[in-house]
Amino acid sequence: MPKSKVSIYSSYQKLTEGIIHRSRSILIGLADFSMFFIRYFKELIRPPYEINEFVKQSYLIGNQSLALVGITGFIMGLVLTIQTRPTLAEFGAESWLPAMISVSIVREIGPVITALICAGKVGSGIGAELASMRVTEQIDAMEVSGSNPFKFIVVSRTTAAMLMLPLLTIYSDAISMFGSFVGVNIKGDVNFRLFFSQAFAQLSFTDLIPALIKTTLFGLVIGLISCYKGYYSDKGTEGVGQAANASVVISSLLIFIIDILAVQVSNFIID
Amino acid sequence: MQKEKITKPEISIQNLSIAFGPKKVLIDLNLEINKGENLVILGKSGCGKSVIIKCIIGLLVPDKGIIEVFGENILASSTEELNNFRKRIGFLFQSGALYDSMNVKQNLLFPLRMNKEIELNEKEKLVKEVLEKVGLSEAINKMPTELSGGMRKRLGLARSLMLKPEIMLYDEPTTGLDPITAKEISNLILEIQKDQGTSSIIITHDMNCAKITGNRIVILEQGKVSTEGSYKDLEQSKKEEVKGFFE
Ligand SMILES: Nc1ncnc2c1ncn2[C@@H]1O[C@H](COP(=O)(O)OP(=O)(O)OP(=O)(O)O)[C@@H](O)[C@H]1O
Ligand SMILES: [Mg+2]
Repeated sequence: MPKSKVSIYSSYQKLTEGIIHRSRSILIGLADFSMFFIRYFKELIRPPYEINEFVKQSYLIGNQSLALVGITGFIMGLVLTIQTRPTLAEFGAESWLPAMISVSIVREIGPVITALICAGKVGSGIGAELASMRVTEQIDAMEVSGSNPFKFIVVSRTTAAMLMLPLLTIYSDAISMFGSFVGVNIKGDVNFRLFFSQAFAQLSFTDLIPALIKTTLFGLVIGLISCYKGYYSDKGTEGVGQAANASVVISSLLIFIIDILAVQVSNFIID
Repeated sequence: MQKEKITKPEISIQNLSIAFGPKKVLIDLNLEINKGENLVILGKSGCGKSVIIKCIIGLLVPDKGIIEVFGENILASSTEELNNFRKRIGFLFQSGALYDSMNVKQNLLFPLRMNKEIELNEKEKLVKEVLEKVGLSEAINKMPTELSGGMRKRLGLARSLMLKPEIMLYDEPTTGLDPITAKEISNLILEIQKDQGTSSIIITHDMNCAKITGNRIVILEQGKVSTEGSYKDLEQSKKEEVKGFFE
């Protein structure tokens, strides 16, 4: 065989080997994660329950993100209002502004923005914390003392994220609406009651309920992914940063994917 | 018959082999620890000492071999059985493995938290008692990050004593301590053996600790026990690799 052919052949071989290796590790990762996912639900329903730890984690998650979610919510509401106003004014539909803002915030912007902020703040925190617990053998120590670290660490944090995300979203929605009210009042003078009665007029439970279900799923994803990445981190101190990073990237990506699916599903059901 | 029962070892390891990737760490290792005995394991860094006791407690699963603790094969036991074993065994981690998010008291209470039989004030009494034993009474409300290296080690020891274990596995209990504290800890290990009739494995590089605590010493080399005997026996050994430890 001529030389160049050999090198092309061997580089093809390397490429295919690389692809095979890579897809195999992805598949193994997926299988591992599925087991993790199933174990979470099993341990969630089986007593004893780690109530204290759950309450503590819920408090921590809420407390950590409250300020950030509030500020972003306010700005979103404000900016959205200022941006949309001229367009609506062109059509003489300014009175629709509150309703339009409230629907888009409650249905879409509130849940997604809150989830993304929590993925950054809470997800990276959980990922790094668990990975460092793994490195310093704290998880092993729990296991050795005959306790169930999975329940104590993973179940409490994931369930707390699932509970707190919808609550944070409602809080963020409320602040966004306030931001919008401020935005409306920058130009012109709108009565507080009028604004909110217009805003709520178009809102119904078919806006709120799917949004809350969606955010619960976002919470589940943030909790599970970051716990998984941290709990099985095995690369020493370097793994701590990697776990935090992967937690944020993967859960943000999944948030968008769930969001797309949720739109389809809720449209299908409501229609 | 009766005699055989009494002499049955507390821990019995047969043909234990474990490898990490291509690296064979333990190769057909055999080891027995009798009831009430302090066994010291010596060996070069990285030769697999910590791996042995992690296999005993079930943190690592060996490729091959049998590990019997209290006469039962732990490798064949269910998760629940394993957890019951673990509650009877104390484990001191080389690194301490303290819970960073909890203070000293919460660290000590952690192994007891699912135990509803013991009243809270009794648990607190136990905490005070154990802290006194390791000389950390004033630190009860501190966080682990506020403690010095030696204090962390002693807290790790205190935590492993909370469940009044029948077997203690110490991974380098005196490393990183000043000679005086090291001696105190060695004496404490001896005291635990006497008071509670605990059987122990003590991994150490500290020959003083080996001398004080060990009833029997084994040297681990290339995945196997190469030498075995009392401190006096080994001190007089002519073997090069044994002499190295006593210089
Ligand atoms: N979880 C693990 N994964 C991969 N390799 C491991 C693991 N645990 C231990 N090893 C390897 O096994 C060998 C023995 O490790 P071990 O921790 O038992 O050493 P040691 O005898 O306790 O040393 P030291 O005295 O330094 O603590 C080392 O080469 C280590 O790299
Ligand atoms: Mg070691």
